[in-house]
Amino acid sequence: METKNIIIIGVGGQGSLLASKILGDLLLRQGYDVKVSEVHGMSQRGGSVITYVRFGSHVYSPVVDEGEADFIVSFELLETARWLKCLKPGGQIVTNTQQIDPMPVITGAATYPADLVAKIKAKNIRIDAMDCLTLAKEAGSLKAVNIVLLGRLSHYFDISEDIWQEVLTANVPPKFLALNQKAFTLGRNYQA
Amino acid sequence: MKTLLLGNKAIARGLYEAGVCFVSSYPGTPSTEITEEAVKYDEIYCEWAPNEKVAMESAFGASLSGKRSFCAQKHVGLNVAADPLFTMSYTGVNAGMVIVVADDAGMHSSQNEQDSRHYAIAAKVPMLEPADSAEALAFTKQAYELSEQFDTPVLIKMCTRVAHSQSVAETGERQEYDKPYEKNIAKYVMMPGNAKKRHPIVEARTKALKDFAETTELNRIEMGGTELGIITSSTSYQYVKEVFGDSVSVLKLGMINPLPEQKIRDFAGSVQKLVVVEELDDIIEQYVRSLGLAVSGRDILPGIDEFAQNIVAKAFGRETTAGEKLADAIPPRPPVMCAGCPHRGLFYTLQKKKCTVLGDIGCYTLGAVPPLSAMDMTLCMGASISAAHGFNKMRGAESSGRTVAVIGDSTFIHSGMTGLANVAYNQSPTTVIILDNSITGMTGHQQNPATGFNIKGEPAGRIDLEALCRAMGFARVRVIDPYDLKATETAITEELATPAASVIISRRPCALLKKVKHKAPLAVDREKCIGCKACMRIGCPAISIKEGKAHVDGTLCVGCGVCEQLCPKQAFASTAQD
Repeated sequence: METKNIIIIGVGGQGSLLASKILGDLLLRQGYDVKVSEVHGMSQRGGSVITYVRFGSHVYSPVVDEGEADFIVSFELLETARWLKCLKPGGQIVTNTQQIDPMPVITGAATYPADLVAKIKAKNIRIDAMDCLTLAKEAGSLKAVNIVLLGRLSHYFDISEDIWQEVLTANVPPKFLALNQKAFTLGRNYQA
Repeated sequence: MKTLLLGNKAIARGLYEAGVCFVSSYPGTPSTEITEEAVKYDEIYCEWAPNEKVAMESAFGASLSGKRSFCAQKHVGLNVAADPLFTMSYTGVNAGMVIVVADDAGMHSSQNEQDSRHYAIAAKVPMLEPADSAEALAFTKQAYELSEQFDTPVLIKMCTRVAHSQSVAETGERQEYDKPYEKNIAKYVMMPGNAKKRHPIVEARTKALKDFAETTELNRIEMGGTELGIITSSTSYQYVKEVFGDSVSVLKLGMINPLPEQKIRDFAGSVQKLVVVEELDDIIEQYVRSLGLAVSGRDILPGIDEFAQNIVAKAFGRETTAGEKLADAIPPRPPVMCAGCPHRGLFYTLQKKKCTVLGDIGCYTLGAVPPLSAMDMTLCMGASISAAHGFNKMRGAESSGRTVAVIGDSTFIHSGMTGLANVAYNQSPTTVIILDNSITGMTGHQQNPATGFNIKGEPAGRIDLEALCRAMGFARVRVIDPYDLKATETAITEELATPAASVIISRRPCALLKKVKHKAPLAVDREKCIGCKACMRIGCPAISIKEGKAHVDGTLCVGCGVCEQLCPKQAFASTAQD
């Protein structure tokens, strides 16, 4: 099987590493060769954090390059726009519509571009944009944005929900399981 | 069992399986997780050392005692530990000793992009280079065999993309190892008479290692088409395979020092065109050229930054897919000090007083970023104090009244203490500010000798920073809380005004520490706010201007109150319920 590519983008501290951990575990259980590449350290201090997940019969490179991503899963709208170049023609974006101002915007040195979802749609790019923060809150914690997004991503995979839930159970602490299960289902069943 | 392992975790697993008993490291991205994962095995004693030199020497002592030992560091950490490395090459080891050096091509979290392979060549020590987690685990185990077989420490070179990528690896069982210690003055006491006898042994060992390099499975040839042959290693190998699959021939090097001369000659002879694909310096390429072989590499590939498949594809004239782009300018998202970061109040004050700030390595290097922009220099671990000393010595009173060194607690213990000794001994009127946030922050919260806890979070020895500075001869040592802007400014003003050298300890635990109790977030009274943006001068990610007035993001704010002290209209108030 040709290697499939997913990139997960967040802002430092949003929990994108857990999302990639669950995804990696799931794909390994499906019998794929998997590589997950993360960045730690300074860039995590409120910076743009990108994680690559690749799977297939044999995966070589640990990174996803320009024009290669089958999926972009993004925690923040500006980051979606920033990494748009990585999307493969015909690829799918799943994005949170939350906007987190970067420091140049906060200080007024730059402006946060308006109407990003509409501008991306205008390029005939498949984008699934949703307010994950509200859904996460409904599930019981603002921190569950990562699982809401994962739930939405699962909608595009031919893998049964039971298997996703099984992997979720194996990767989150028991006391937060019910919350995360709810967040996953809310994301998976989201209707635009 | 097959499992998905982070490269660094795979190294730790390799240490466990190889029967390693002793690990000592200083944290440094991208090497930190090796030691953090190794400590999870009860069979391995692990510790954070004050710096990489101490870590390596401690690991050497453990090897001498007859137990397999290990230390890990980032590329610049090996600069600190280079001194023991070069002479350990002469003494050799007792039980096996392996050293990981993790390079950071692309400088995700580093101050330079040096290529650590030069150390293996210069110190005449073998170096292995894994390309994924499975190799990281297997090479670690094999490195101990080599270390004992050839009586040498063995270097393993990692890079960010191997260290921080998870890939499938197969785990095995642990095999214990123990060897008695025997006194051997001629081998282990490196004074000239003995060292002169050891040097020929080092040269003979290198020759034996070259022979080994010719036959080891660490270096393998994957024959494909003979039109193009590529010599490569590490992630560069992965990019080459990603681009070409099995259509070209590849010499994949797992041992990159010493290099296999005959194997390279044979490979070159079997292909029409030879290219080396290697990140950073053209070490393999220059070696191939020195053999009189026609080779290409740096002429088509850059020696700057890390590679990825498209860079390799383009170098060989292959098409890549261009991605979509919006017409809008996308503002960058640089890393920033966290909301509630104790460094913020201090750097705000230094900027306000127009200080010349000699900086150091840690989260607080972000004090250089706008709007604070309160840093003049950052070089390497510990350089803040030494450089401030030199600066003040040359510029005298015109400088010392406004020049400070800033250094974190962990960095101070790492290599700031010796700089401080120089200030005390050679008497410059330098003011040193130790930013004591009670943790090694940037690398993800590791304990250090000033925190009072060990790598497992258990109570440990604790260095009293105030007493240490006084013992070095500093009469003026004072402690401030950087959340208190007034007290911070008073302390800095007074210490800069006095001609004596002084130390200010800016003490407040990192806001991300679990033990730190946060206050309720603040909120802005829009009636009182006049939109003067005084609160925007501290660069807090929780504060922004919404419709002309200040706004606090309640999900980020930890109620530190620094912004509140800047507001001329008392527009900030706590959201705490009484």
